[in-house]
Amino acid sequence: MATHISDPVPDAVVASAANAAGPVTKTVSMPIGVPGYTLRDEERTVPASEPPVLPVNKDLQYIGKPVERWDGHLKVSGRARYTADVQLPGMLYASFVDASVPHARVVSIDTSEAERLPGVKAVHVIETVLGNAVLRNPALEKTRYPVVRYAGQPIAAVAATSQQAADEAADKVKVKYEALPFVVDQDVARAPNAALVFPGPADEAGTAGGGGGEGGSPQTGNIHGPTVKKHGDTEQGFKDADVIVDAHYKTQVQTHSALETHGVVADWKPDMLTVYASTQGTASVREELAAFFKLPKSQVRVITEFMGGGFGAKFGAGNPGVVAAALSRKTGAPIRLMLDREEEHLAVGNRPSSDQHLRIGAKKDGTITAIHLVSFGTAGCGTGAGCAGPASNLYKSAALHTEENDVFINAGPAAAFRAPGHPQGAFALEQSIDELAERLAIDPVDLRDRIDENPVRRVQRQVMRESAIWKSRNPHANADPGPIKRGVGFSQSVWYRFIDMSSSAEVRVHQDGSVEVLSAVQDIGSGIKTVLAQILAEQFGVPPAQISVKVGDTNYPVGPNSGGSVTTASLTPAVRDAAWQASQKFLASVAPALGTTPADLTLTAGMVRSASGKFQPIPFRSAASKMNTGEVSAQVKRIRDYAPKKYDTYGGVDVAEVAVDTETGRIHVKRVLSVHDCGRPMNPAQTISQINGGVTQGISYTLFEHRLLDPNYGIMVNANLDKYKIAGSYEIPQVEVILTESYIGQSSTDASGIGEAAGIISVGAAIGNAVYNATGVRIRQLPMTPAVVLAALNQPRPMTEAL
Amino acid sequence: MNSFAIADCTTVEAALSQLQDGAVVKAGGVDLLDRMKNGTDTPTRLVNIRNISELRGIRPTSEDLTIGALTTLGEIADDTTIRSQYAVLSDACGHAATPHIRNMATIGGNLLQELQCWYFRSADFQCLRKGKDICFAFSGLNQYHAIMDYGGCPSVAPSSGAVALLALDASVELVSSGNGKRTVAIKDFYVRPDANPHKFHVMRDDEILTAIHIPKPAAGMRSAYQKYGEKESHDWAIADAGIVLEMDGNICRRAVVAMGAASPVVRRSMEAEAALAGKPITPDTARAAGQASMTGAMPLSMNEYKVQLFPVAIYRTILLAAGQMDRDPSAAG
Repeated sequence: MATHISDPVPDAVVASAANAAGPVTKTVSMPIGVPGYTLRDEERTVPASEPPVLPVNKDLQYIGKPVERWDGHLKVSGRARYTADVQLPGMLYASFVDASVPHARVVSIDTSEAERLPGVKAVHVIETVLGNAVLRNPALEKTRYPVVRYAGQPIAAVAATSQQAADEAADKVKVKYEALPFVVDQDVARAPNAALVFPGPADEAGTAGGGGGEGGSPQTGNIHGPTVKKHGDTEQGFKDADVIVDAHYKTQVQTHSALETHGVVADWKPDMLTVYASTQGTASVREELAAFFKLPKSQVRVITEFMGGGFGAKFGAGNPGVVAAALSRKTGAPIRLMLDREEEHLAVGNRPSSDQHLRIGAKKDGTITAIHLVSFGTAGCGTGAGCAGPASNLYKSAALHTEENDVFINAGPAAAFRAPGHPQGAFALEQSIDELAERLAIDPVDLRDRIDENPVRRVQRQVMRESAIWKSRNPHANADPGPIKRGVGFSQSVWYRFIDMSSSAEVRVHQDGSVEVLSAVQDIGSGIKTVLAQILAEQFGVPPAQISVKVGDTNYPVGPNSGGSVTTASLTPAVRDAAWQASQKFLASVAPALGTTPADLTLTAGMVRSASGKFQPIPFRSAASKMNTGEVSAQVKRIRDYAPKKYDTYGGVDVAEVAVDTETGRIHVKRVLSVHDCGRPMNPAQTISQINGGVTQGISYTLFEHRLLDPNYGIMVNANLDKYKIAGSYEIPQVEVILTESYIGQSSTDASGIGEAAGIISVGAAIGNAVYNATGVRIRQLPMTPAVVLAALNQPRPMTEAL
Repeated sequence: MNSFAIADCTTVEAALSQLQDGAVVKAGGVDLLDRMKNGTDTPTRLVNIRNISELRGIRPTSEDLTIGALTTLGEIADDTTIRSQYAVLSDACGHAATPHIRNMATIGGNLLQELQCWYFRSADFQCLRKGKDICFAFSGLNQYHAIMDYGGCPSVAPSSGAVALLALDASVELVSSGNGKRTVAIKDFYVRPDANPHKFHVMRDDEILTAIHIPKPAAGMRSAYQKYGEKESHDWAIADAGIVLEMDGNICRRAVVAMGAASPVVRRSMEAEAALAGKPITPDTARAAGQASMTGAMPLSMNEYKVQLFPVAIYRTILLAAGQMDRDPSAAG
C-alpha cells in the first residue's frame, strides 16, 4: 500500500553511535484517535532527543489554531513577488518555438530570419526534450532533432530584449517537418492498425509528485502495460459472489490550469547558476539542472518566494528551466521564460484519462469477494494513467486483480496531478459500491461500515449520518416529480502517508529575542510558512506574525518537494525538533547570566522559569538579552516516523447535494459537506481552505473541464481559459468542511498533509451518486455536460435501476 | 501579438479619416485583442474610438431609443428605462461574459465580435471563413456548433445583444466619410454563410457603427432573454432565447422568438412565433412554440443535444417574459 520513502540509515543507529554514553531512546505516551470518538493513549519509543509530546490541539496556544496566513497581507496587497515579477539587471525575455503538428520528424530549423530581428540576442535549438517517454532502444530513431510527438512540443527558443521581440522572432523561426501518421484518440490508438506514437517500447520516469508509469512494462502497439497487481483468487471470488456489479466508466483529460503558468528567471554566472522558479520543489529543480548541465549542486541555487499553484505539474526544471538556463549561458544575461496559457495546456502536464472496466463481487451481507479492474488511460506521449489506487486500498476484498494500461497518443505528456489516478479510480469504484449497495438492498453507508476497516472513516461516516445534508437524502431514487430533481450522494476517498526524508530546517535565536526558521521548502500556496511560524510561536511564546520565516531558497537547509501531500507531514517534525533544540541551547546560553544551570530552566508560554525558584519567571525577550553569544541555532533533519506502517492512510467522505435539470441536462451542485482527516490539523483555517479548493477543483473536473483534441489534425481546440471550462463563482456551492482531528502518534507534530485527499478524489463519485439518487440514472462518464446527461437520461431505463 | 500603430481619436470625423490602409477600429478591445493575441488578426494600424464621448450613452428620442455604440454592456444592463421597457436587452447584456468584460465591452463591439468557432479562432486552421475552401467543424469537434441555417459554416452567432436587438426590430447606424450615414436593420445586418461565407456582416471597412435605434415598445409588450451554457460563470450560449410578447389581456397578439446559438446568424423562428400568435401564454402553448422552433434542425455529429435544449430554453423564456416563471437557475449567469 503506502510506501515510505525510507532513510537508508536508521536514526536509532545514528543516535546510538552519537550518544553512546546517554540513553538513545525514551518511551512516551501519545494521544491517538479522534477526540470525542476514539481518543486514547498509545506508547511510542522515540529518540531521546525528541521534544516533549504535544497535547491535542485544544490544549495548545498557536498550533492547531486558525492563525492568519503569515504572508496573506503581501498577497492581497500585490507586494508578493512571484517568478514573473522578478526583474534582474540586463534581463532578456524568451519565447518558445512550439511544434505546430502532432507527429513529425524535424527536417531543418532555419533561425536566420529570427536572428536578424532587432532586439534578438540568441536562438537556442532544443536537442533534448524533457517530459516525454523515452524509447528503450534509442537506435530505433536516428534523428538530428527530437521527434515531435505532440503539437505544442518545444522545438527552440528565442531570447530578446522584450517579450514582444521574442514572440515575434519565435514566429520567424522556420521549422520544416516530415509529417508522420498520428493518433490523438485513445480508442483509435488502441486499435491494432493505429499509427504508432513510438516505434518501440518507451518509458517515462515518475516525478517527485508521482506520475510516470512502471518502467519495463510490456508494450503492444501504443499500449504500454498492463501493470498487473493481484492478491487472492478473483475467479473464485466471483464464483463465491451472490451479486456482481459490472460497469464501464470513462473519464477525460484534465489540464492543471494553475493561475500562474510555468516559468523561470535563470541567471547563469561562471560560479553560480541562480534560478527563480515557479516550482513545487526547489530541491527538484536544483537536482535536474545540476544533472542536465553537469554542475555541482552547490553551484545551483533555486529560489521560489511565492508560487501561484502547481497541482503536481511543477517538479524539476523541465523544458522551460533548462532552456532558460541554456539561453542565459549563451547570452551572459538573465533570461525570463514564462509560458503562455496555450503552452500551459499543451506542454507541461495533465491528468490522464481513464476507460475502466470494474467488476465487484459480494456476498449477500456485503462482504466483498472479488474486485477486478482493467483500465486504459492516456498520459499522452508519457505514462502514468494507472488508477487502481482506490480499488486496491479503500475496501477489504478476499481477492483483487488490477490491470493498468497506458495508451500512448500524440498529446503532451501527463504529469502528477493532485492525487494521481485517484479521482478517476474513485469515480468508478464509489459509484459501483453504491450500485452494489442498491443491488444488495443495504444502505450505502451501512455497506461501507461493513467493508471499510478504517476506524477514522467510520467516525467520518458517523459525522456524516448526523449531518443535515445526509438526513435530507431520500433513500428512493428519482423521487421528485418535476423536471428539476434533487438528490444527495456521497463518496469516500483514500490517500497515503508519504514522508520525504530530505526535510530539514534551521532555527535561530538571536540575542534581541527574535527567532527565525530557515528551510529550502517552497510554499506552494497551501501555507507551510504560516505553519512553521506557528511551531516556533508555540515553542518560544512569540506570536506567529513576529516569527521570521525564510523559505523557498536552496541556500537554506534542504526541504521536501511538495507533492503527494508530503510537506507538512515531512517538514513540521524537523522544524519542531529544531525549535526545541534551539530553545535548549538558548536556555544553556542564558543560564550563567541567570545564575543557574540549564537543567533548572524551562521555557514555557513565553516565559523562562526556574524550577528551583531562583528567580521569578522572566519574559523570553528579556532573557534573550542575557545570552552569552549573539545567536544560537539548531539544524535538524526529519527522523523516521515513530511507528511506520501504522495508520498510514488518510481520506474522508464527501457528500454532494445536486439539482438535476432533466430538461436541460444541467447539474447544479447545491451543497457539499466534506469530512476529512490529516492527522493533527496544524492550522484548521488553511486546511479548510485547501479542502474548499479540492472540492472546487473536483466539481470543475466532474462537470466542466475537458481537453479537446481535434481528431483530424491532432491540435487542441480549447487551449485557453474560455473554452476550456473551469468552474466559476456561480458553480461553487456552499461547502461545509468538518475536520476530523485524528492523532496517529507518528512524529513530534503528528501532522500530515491534506492536498490530495481534499475533496478532489471523492467529489466526482459523490456527484455521480447524487445524480443517481435524483434521477435513477447513473452517469458513468466525465465531464457530465448537458450533452452527456441528456444522452444518459434519454436511454431506456432497465427495470433494475428504476426503483 | 504583432507590433502595431494606434491612433487615438476623440471625434467620429477624426476616426473616419484614419480608417485607411487596413486600419481596424478598436472600441472596448475585448474581442479584437483576443484575436490579435491568438494571431488570427494581425492589423498594423488600430484606430481607437473608445474616447469618442458622443458615441456613449442611452437617449430616448421622440421616435425611438438610441444607444450610442460605445455604451458598455454593463451600462445597458443597469439602465432603468431598458430594464423596464426592453427587458430582453438588459437580460442579454447583463448576462454576457463576466462583470469585468461587461464593464469594458461596448454594444457596438458586441454586435461586431467575430465568430467563436475554435477553428476560426485558431491560427492553426485556415478555414472557409478566412477565405479558404474548407470547414473543419463538420468532421471535427462540433458540440457547440449550429443546428440550422449553416450552409458551409456551422459556427454560431456569438452576440447575445444581437439576439435581443433582432427581437426588438432594432437597427444600426453606420457612418463613413464618403457616403455619410445609413441605417440597416439587425435582421439585414448579418450575412448568412450560405449567401457568402467570407462575409460576416454588411458593414464596409470604411464605416463605423455609431448607434443603435430601438423602436418604441408596442402596447402590452413584455420581453425576456435567457442564455444557457454548460455553466453560468463566463460561458458561451449552447442555447438561448430572446422573446418579445405583445399581449392583449392574456392573449398574445404578436410574438417574436429569436435565437443565437442555433445558427451562424441570429434568427427568428416563424414557426415558434406562429404557435403563440393569437393564443394565451400557458405552459402548453409555450412548450408547443419551443418544439416548433426546431423545424428544419439538422444537428451535426456531436450536437444533437441542442435540438433537445433549445425548445426548453424557448418555452422557459416565454414563460419568464409572460411573468409565469422565474429566471431559470440554468441561465443565472
